[in-house]
Amino acid sequence: MNISVKEWFKSGAPWVWLTGGAVALNVIMVAGLLALIAVRGLGHFWPADVLQADYIESDGSRVVVIGEIADSEDVPAIQMREAGLEVAEGVETVRRDLLKVGNRDLLGSDFRWVTETGLQEIEHPPHLFVAERREWGNFYGFLRQVKQAGELVGEYKVGDADAAYDQLYAELEQRLDRALDIHDQIKDIEKHEIGAINATLERLRLRERSLELKGQLTAADQADIAASRAEQDESYKSLQARLEELYRQIGRDSLVAEVSDGQVVEIELSKVVQVFRPNAMGVGTKLGFYFGQIWAFMTDEPREANTEGGVFPAIFGTVMMVLLMSILVTPFGVVAAVYLREYAKQGTMTRLIRIAVNNLAGVPSIVYGVFGLGFFIYFLGGNIDQLFFPEALPAPTFGTPGLMWASLTLALLTLPVVIVATEEGLSRIPRSIREGSLALGATKAETLWKVVLPMASPAMMTGVILAVARAAGEVAPLMLVGVVKLAPSLPLDGNYPFIHLDQKFMHLGFHIYDVGFQSPNVEAARPLVYATALLLVVVIALLNLSAVAIRNRLREKYKALEH
Amino acid sequence: MKNTAPLSAPDLDFETPAAKRLRRYRRFKDRLASAVVGVGGISVIVAIMLIFIYLLYEVMPLFHAAEIKPWQHEGEEVVPYQRPGADADTWYLTAEEQAEVGLRVDATGLASFFDTRTGEVGLQQMLGQTEAGAVAFALGSESERTFALAHADGNLTFAKHQYKVSYPNDVRTITPSIAYPYADQELALAPGVGNTELLAVRDSENQLMAAALDDQGQLFVSRYSKDVNFITEEVEISTDHLQLELPTEKVVSLLISPETRWLFVARSDGLVVSVDLRDFDAPQIHDAVRVSDATITQARFLLGGNSLLVADSQGVTRQLFLVRDDSNNYELKEIRSFRDSTPSEIAEVAIEHRRKGFVVAEGNGQVSFYNSTAENLVLNEQLSDSGIAYLAMTPRANGLLLEQADGKVSFWKVENEHPEVSWSSLWEEVWYEGYQEPDYIWQSSASNDDFEPKYSLAPLSFGTLKAAFYAMLLATPLAICGAIYTAYFMAPAMRTKIKPFIELMEALPTVILGFLAGLWLAPFIEKQLATVFTLLLVVPIGVLVFAYGWHNLPKSIRLRVSEGWDVVVIIPVVIILAWLCLPLSSGVEQVLFDGDMRGYITRDLGITFDQRNALVVGLAMGFAVIPTIFSITEDAIFSVPKSLSNGSLALGATPWQTLQRVVLPTASPGIFSAVMIGMGRAVGETMIVLMATGNTPIMDLNIFEGMRTLAANIAVEMPESEVGSSHFRILFLAALVLFAFTFVVNTLAELIRQRLRRKYGSL
Repeated sequence: MNISVKEWFKSGAPWVWLTGGAVALNVIMVAGLLALIAVRGLGHFWPADVLQADYIESDGSRVVVIGEIADSEDVPAIQMREAGLEVAEGVETVRRDLLKVGNRDLLGSDFRWVTETGLQEIEHPPHLFVAERREWGNFYGFLRQVKQAGELVGEYKVGDADAAYDQLYAELEQRLDRALDIHDQIKDIEKHEIGAINATLERLRLRERSLELKGQLTAADQADIAASRAEQDESYKSLQARLEELYRQIGRDSLVAEVSDGQVVEIELSKVVQVFRPNAMGVGTKLGFYFGQIWAFMTDEPREANTEGGVFPAIFGTVMMVLLMSILVTPFGVVAAVYLREYAKQGTMTRLIRIAVNNLAGVPSIVYGVFGLGFFIYFLGGNIDQLFFPEALPAPTFGTPGLMWASLTLALLTLPVVIVATEEGLSRIPRSIREGSLALGATKAETLWKVVLPMASPAMMTGVILAVARAAGEVAPLMLVGVVKLAPSLPLDGNYPFIHLDQKFMHLGFHIYDVGFQSPNVEAARPLVYATALLLVVVIALLNLSAVAIRNRLREKYKALEH
Repeated sequence: MKNTAPLSAPDLDFETPAAKRLRRYRRFKDRLASAVVGVGGISVIVAIMLIFIYLLYEVMPLFHAAEIKPWQHEGEEVVPYQRPGADADTWYLTAEEQAEVGLRVDATGLASFFDTRTGEVGLQQMLGQTEAGAVAFALGSESERTFALAHADGNLTFAKHQYKVSYPNDVRTITPSIAYPYADQELALAPGVGNTELLAVRDSENQLMAAALDDQGQLFVSRYSKDVNFITEEVEISTDHLQLELPTEKVVSLLISPETRWLFVARSDGLVVSVDLRDFDAPQIHDAVRVSDATITQARFLLGGNSLLVADSQGVTRQLFLVRDDSNNYELKEIRSFRDSTPSEIAEVAIEHRRKGFVVAEGNGQVSFYNSTAENLVLNEQLSDSGIAYLAMTPRANGLLLEQADGKVSFWKVENEHPEVSWSSLWEEVWYEGYQEPDYIWQSSASNDDFEPKYSLAPLSFGTLKAAFYAMLLATPLAICGAIYTAYFMAPAMRTKIKPFIELMEALPTVILGFLAGLWLAPFIEKQLATVFTLLLVVPIGVLVFAYGWHNLPKSIRLRVSEGWDVVVIIPVVIILAWLCLPLSSGVEQVLFDGDMRGYITRDLGITFDQRNALVVGLAMGFAVIPTIFSITEDAIFSVPKSLSNGSLALGATPWQTLQRVVLPTASPGIFSAVMIGMGRAVGETMIVLMATGNTPIMDLNIFEGMRTLAANIAVEMPESEVGSSHFRILFLAALVLFAFTFVVNTLAELIRQRLRRKYGSL
């Protein structure tokens, strides 16, 4: 059936198609965004092959480059010509690659652009190894020697058998394991044992100051405090001695490697996190390595101003904050909803309150941040400090941004979500059920506790999960009330009082902002930001999906009652 | 069934003590629950309302009127005391930082330090290192506490009053003294100068300059250049003199600007003459401006020495400063004028030491506090019946020393926390010192103390609306069209999948969108600008062309896709179209823009292009707003009763006609409220704008430039703002504005939605 264009337009069908196009575009945008984050975030951990090639520079000289391709793009030939590069006539675009060449200490920068035409004799030598270092980023090169306390332990000369290289590499791995082991011990002592001593000393100082302020500092107390202090100093000294010994041990081994321009470099094993040979790995090994990297990302601490290493403190901080927030928000939200729906007299007033509460969900989150900073921190926190922690002044205890205020602010922010969801659940319960319960002689409280609340529990649960999902993704208010780029310790540790509500903490969302925009080396940190973003998206999507799932399951459970 | 048998009482006794106890206990529990829920519920609701009240509480002090009352000392009001020192005219009156010690220099050249609260005189000394008496006085700088005296023998004394604070026995003790920075140098006025009547002095980094008008009407300028000896590091002074040929009758004030380039001569006949002394050997009379038709009584510099305050006999004070135009010419311009409701001759003007504020005393004993940039009459009060001879502000602007015509000094407490904030300084164009014209400027930190922070909320509000506008430009059509299709044309089975999928995006943290916008989208758009605009054209046209082609396909193929599943076909089409756009756009770019659209825009159109611009923000924030609008619109359309649309279809209307004439009008309030709520979200969004723009507070609609929004501004500046300062409170005001705006918009939307629901509840 053929119809004319005019008639077709008259039928309105094209407009329907256009609206369909809008849906399609929405779906594509959403899916594309998720795909973009997923691909970039997950790709970061894959041990890509490292290439070695001869590169012809723009001035015609030849250099050897070693690195992995991080990105590629087509550049208009005009731009390249303007930049002083020679491009053959008739070529409109030039393909160029962003090569991650590492060795920042030798080359000055982690990355360099190369044109694809300039790369020649590309090969992937299996001997190439990558060393992830604690400083200066990745190292790419060929292993030549392994040394112990300056003495040669093993050596590989160009032209020797591959087996010799493998043997030397195995030697290196073994020694690296030892160094990592010692490194863990050092970290353990520095973090836990010395941290505990510092915490004790600080407590002693505060006790002394507190007694002094009250005018009750007796000679006995002073002696007591001095004795404890001496004791702590003693154990600190012994720890210090142990640390020195460990530091001496960890500095024992080193490796010697040759880099792209033939330079030979010696690297102490104490500075190396791990070594791997991507070109010598099979797909299976790579997969294993890949998941190992993901695991390390989630459980390690950040290094190098957050641009390397893992995000464990940020995950921990986020979870901790969200947990505290849900503990605060659930009872209050439910009580407010029960009051509004079950106890308050229904009328214009409750209707207005309902609208107001509903609308608070739409108030910009930064406004809550401002409120939290002004009211919670400066007003409440300031007064708490005056009343309960005068000994620490002028250093504020609660009068400064911290975990508790962040949780409280977000609890206030998500309160409307919980109230609205719970109320919806309560309004779903038929009157007849309440009346049935009352008719059987139950009091109102008993009806509420035994009948109404269990039936409304799916709704409450949904509300709390939605609140958690929202809180986990909020960053703007947190920037005012407690998150920092790098927290020295976790808000939960073995030192009294174990949960440090007054401490600042790290947060996944803020981590993204900070590393992506405030870090000195954005280019190197970018894959990490994608990975963090992916993690956050996954967590929040899971929370939302579980909200839906729980709601459906519980609804199913009470379905029989809903009629 | 009828039960005729009498019910025998069950063998239960409800009146046992245990049952009674249980009942009491249950009643108690019930009451307790009511109380707990009631108190808890109300307090939660109150806590929520507290946000509004607290924001208001922090903002209110901005708009508090200033207050003045007698200074309290040891629980009692300070009573006026006899002026310390000689019974002569006052040349100078001031106080130190804590406002505890005052200094009076009188016309005999005697400096008397005194307790500002009791009038008790402390250190007293005759000023100057010569025997000859002092004949004229000039203020150097209030903030540096310097002044100068001319002596009858033609010498000049440059002095500084200074204070040492110590805490013997934990009691604050302030010890004043007078120092002479050039004590070992001879500072002589020009030879031939008579008895100096008016003196001006200015000490700059490399020279000291003085202007003296003597009783014979001669005006001399002396320059004392400071040369630092490299070896001994001693300052050596070389002196030059100069006589200015100016009509010198009726001169009331001489003033030298801080960089010692300009000499201003204010005359009682209403003229202010400016003399350019840059070339000291050939001074130029730059300009003579008629400032007032009445008699000028006094002229002073405002803080920083950039603005002149000229007071006249009709009670008007005018602010003037030199405005530099594009060709570097200076012109002395009147910027604004100040008067109170009952103007009368101004006797004295005193300036604040750290703000652009000043105080004038009128002949009738009235004192008025003004803030210059805010054009704000802060306070107007009758403080004396006998007239005012002199007045001075304390450095922290919390006290006012006032010498009455009868020789008594009174000391007043001033509470004037935020004079720089007024309606005009927040929302109107303000002409700041050093600017060519009035402008809206947000610049919360000043480069040095002489310049004030600039608090115009206009560029921030403008930026907020600009960001929201571009976001809505993308989001509204996409979301509403999408919702129409999903609610009305889509197959139900597909709808249950697509809707939650799009709604999932509402939960996506905006920090992720902001990060992608800033680090991925912004560079992408800069490189592929042509692609973005080609997409805008190609995708709709392409979809239409495809639809027409589809329509003309044989039925056997067409009917394979059942009704309401068309989107499945469109998705790949849109993807292919977008794919085609890449090569197409580079072709278009070659033809139209010489292969570089971004360069074309800056070079040929002269439009500024920032990488992080409104286009990027619009796309990213539009994306964030789409799910909100989509979801509410979809609900509104879907809840239109089927009977309505079915009726229309039965009467022969096409689905599109039904949608246009029946469904959309019915759902329009719901759609409107969806747009409002989306708008509210776009206005308050912080992270996306923070990360996807350069955060420069400019007022320009250009889509290729950035902006700074209220929310982003709070996030950037709040952590560094000093608690209780004007800046802090203005940020609270910004938060309050955001709060009020979104709250009102959302309430409106909610009311409309509820009305809609009631209206169709019956259908």
